[in-house]
Amino acid sequence: MTPHMLTRSLDRGATVFLLVVAALGVLIPLSNLLLPAGSFLQVPTYLVALWGKYVCYAILALAIDLIWGYCGILSLGHGAFFALGGYAMGMYLMRQIGTRGVYGNPILPDFMVFLNYSKLPWYWYGFDMFWFAALMVLVVPGLLAFCFGWLAFRSRVTGVYLSIITQAMTYALLLAFFRNDFGFGGNNGLTDFKDILGFNVQAEGTRAALFALSCLALILGFLICRAIVSSKLGKVLIAVRDAESRTRFLGYRVESYKLFVFTVSACMAGVAGALYVPQVGIINPSEFAPGNSIEAVIWVAVGGRGTLVGAALGAVVVNYAKTFFTSGMLAPYWLFMLGALFILVTLLLPKGIVGTFNAWWASSQEKRPAETTVSAAAEDGVSEPKMAEEAQ
Amino acid sequence: MNVMDTRATSAMLYLDGVHVSFDGFHAINNLSLTLAPGEMRAIIGPNGAGKTTMMDIITGKTKPDEGTVLFDGVTDLTRLDETRIAELGIGRKFQKPTVFESQTVQDNLLLALNVDHSVKGTLFWRGSKAESERIDKVLETIRLTESRNRLAGSLSHGQKQWLEIGMLLAQDPKLLLVDEPVAGMTDVETHLTAELLKEINKTHTVMVVEHDMTFVRELGVKVTCLHEGTVLAEGTIDQVSSNERVIEVYLGR
Repeated sequence: MTPHMLTRSLDRGATVFLLVVAALGVLIPLSNLLLPAGSFLQVPTYLVALWGKYVCYAILALAIDLIWGYCGILSLGHGAFFALGGYAMGMYLMRQIGTRGVYGNPILPDFMVFLNYSKLPWYWYGFDMFWFAALMVLVVPGLLAFCFGWLAFRSRVTGVYLSIITQAMTYALLLAFFRNDFGFGGNNGLTDFKDILGFNVQAEGTRAALFALSCLALILGFLICRAIVSSKLGKVLIAVRDAESRTRFLGYRVESYKLFVFTVSACMAGVAGALYVPQVGIINPSEFAPGNSIEAVIWVAVGGRGTLVGAALGAVVVNYAKTFFTSGMLAPYWLFMLGALFILVTLLLPKGIVGTFNAWWASSQEKRPAETTVSAAAEDGVSEPKMAEEAQ
Repeated sequence: MNVMDTRATSAMLYLDGVHVSFDGFHAINNLSLTLAPGEMRAIIGPNGAGKTTMMDIITGKTKPDEGTVLFDGVTDLTRLDETRIAELGIGRKFQKPTVFESQTVQDNLLLALNVDHSVKGTLFWRGSKAESERIDKVLETIRLTESRNRLAGSLSHGQKQWLEIGMLLAQDPKLLLVDEPVAGMTDVETHLTAELLKEINKTHTVMVVEHDMTFVRELGVKVTCLHEGTVLAEGTIDQVSSNERVIEVYLGR
C-alpha cells in the first residue's frame, strides 16, 4: 500500500472507526490484565473472549461488504471461507497438542488414533509449523474462491444464481467435513487445543493478546478495503455493481475485477476464521452451515451495505443482541427475532444503520450552505432552460 | 473465410451477409453494410427493423449465425467479446441512457477514459494532469462543467444522454455507435446534439440510429433504412424518404 492510497482512503468516519477499534484493542486487554479481578473497570476474561469473537465476525462482515456492497456479488457462502481459515488454524493447534492428547500419540491427533489411522494424511503435513498454517489460512480460502470465481464469473453467473451456488458450495463442504474419513475430525471437528506458539490458549495473557491481534487484523482489513474502494478500481467495482454490461462496453474485463475482489474477500474471511478458532476453542463442520453465511449477510444489511464501517458495526450489534437474547428465557425465539430484524431493517432502514446516518448527515450539511451540489432538487426543470439560454 | 493478415476492405466497418435469428425469428436477414473511415451514417427503420440487434452484433453482445463483420478491414468482430471490441476502439451509446448513477459526472468520464483498464492499473491508479485536462475538455463539450460533482443519477434525461455521449468522447474510439441520442430531448437539445455529433464526426467515424427525422435531416448525412433485418434503401434523406418501399413500410400500406 503506497502512502497516497492511505491518505486518499481516510475520511472522518473511517478515522473515528480506526481510533475506536485501536483504543478497544489496547484498553480491553490492559484492563483485563492489569486491574484487580472484580474491580469495576476490570473486563472479565470471558468477556474478552466473547468480544474477540465479535471482532472476528466484524472482519468477516467487512469481507462480505467489500464484494456485496461495492461489487454487487451477494455471496451466501462466505462462512465457508471463514471455516476453512478456521480449520487451517485448528490443524496447527491440533498438531501442537502432541503427546498431551488422551492417546498420547506424538504425531496423530486423538480422533485419528480413535479412527484407526495408521499415519498422518498427506494434507496434514506442514501444519505443525505455524508459518505454514498461517500461509494456508490465506491460501486455502483464496484458492477455493479463485477457482470458484473463475468458473462462475467467466460463465457470467450473476445475481440470485450466484448466491444459490455459493450456498451449494458451503453446503457441500459441510457434508464433506461431516464425514469421518475426510480426515478433519468428522462432526466433532477439532478441539481440546493446548498451545499456540508455545502459549497456553486458555491463559488470560494469551486471550488478551488474541483479542488485541483480532483488533489489529480488523484495522488492517479495514485499511485494505478502504484502499481498494477508494482507488479507481473501487469506482470500477461500483460501476460493475450498477451497470455490469455498460462497464464491459467501456473495455473493462468485468470477470477479472470480480475475481480479484472475491479472492481478496475470501482471504480476509479466512483470517477472521483463523483468529476465531483459538478464541472459541473449537472448529467443527457446523461453521459451514448455510445459515451462518446468511446470518453474516444480515449483519452487513443491518449495519449498512457499502459503508464498511457499517458492516463491522452490524456484526457487533447483531451478535451482541444474539448473545443477550439467547442467554435468557427468550432464547427459543432468537431466530424469529433475527428474521424480524432483517425484515424491519429492509423495510425501514434500507441503507442500514450507518447508511441512514450518512444520508441524514449529508442532508443536514447541505441545508446550511445555499449551494446545492449533490442535491436532487436541481433536477429536470432547473437545468433545461439553462441549456436553452446557452444555445441562443 | 477472409484472409486476416491483409486488409480485406478499406471500410472502417464492413458487414456482409449477416444473419441472426432468435428462436426462429429472423432479426437480421442477409444484412450487408459498409461504413467508410470518417463517415457519419444515419440508420433509420421502423420498430423491430434490427437496428439495435445490428449494434449488438458489432459490439460483440450477440454472435451472428452467419456472415462477416470486419472492423478496420482486418479484425473479425464475430470472434471477440465486448471488452476486447471496446478496447479495439468501438464505443457505444445505448438507447436508454446508461450512466453510472451513483457516481459523479466526472467519475463517469474518468471511468470511460481509454487508459489502462487492467485490475492492477486501476488499483494503483494516480490521476495525471493529462487525464484531468481531457475530462475538463469533455465536460466543456457536453456542457456539464458546472455539474461535474453532481451524481449522474440526479441529472435530467437530456443531460444523461449528453453525459453518455461525453463518455464516448472520453473513450475516444475509432467508431462510435450512437443509439437514439435524442430520444426524450427537447427541440433545443436535439439541435445541440446534432451540432455535437457533427463536431465529433470531424475526428471519428459515427453510426447513429434515430427515429427523429428532423434530427436525421439536420445531420445531413447518408441514410440507410433497415426493414426486417435487411437494407431497404440507402442514399440521402430526400432519396430515402421519397422511396416508395420506405413509405410503404413506415405507413404500413
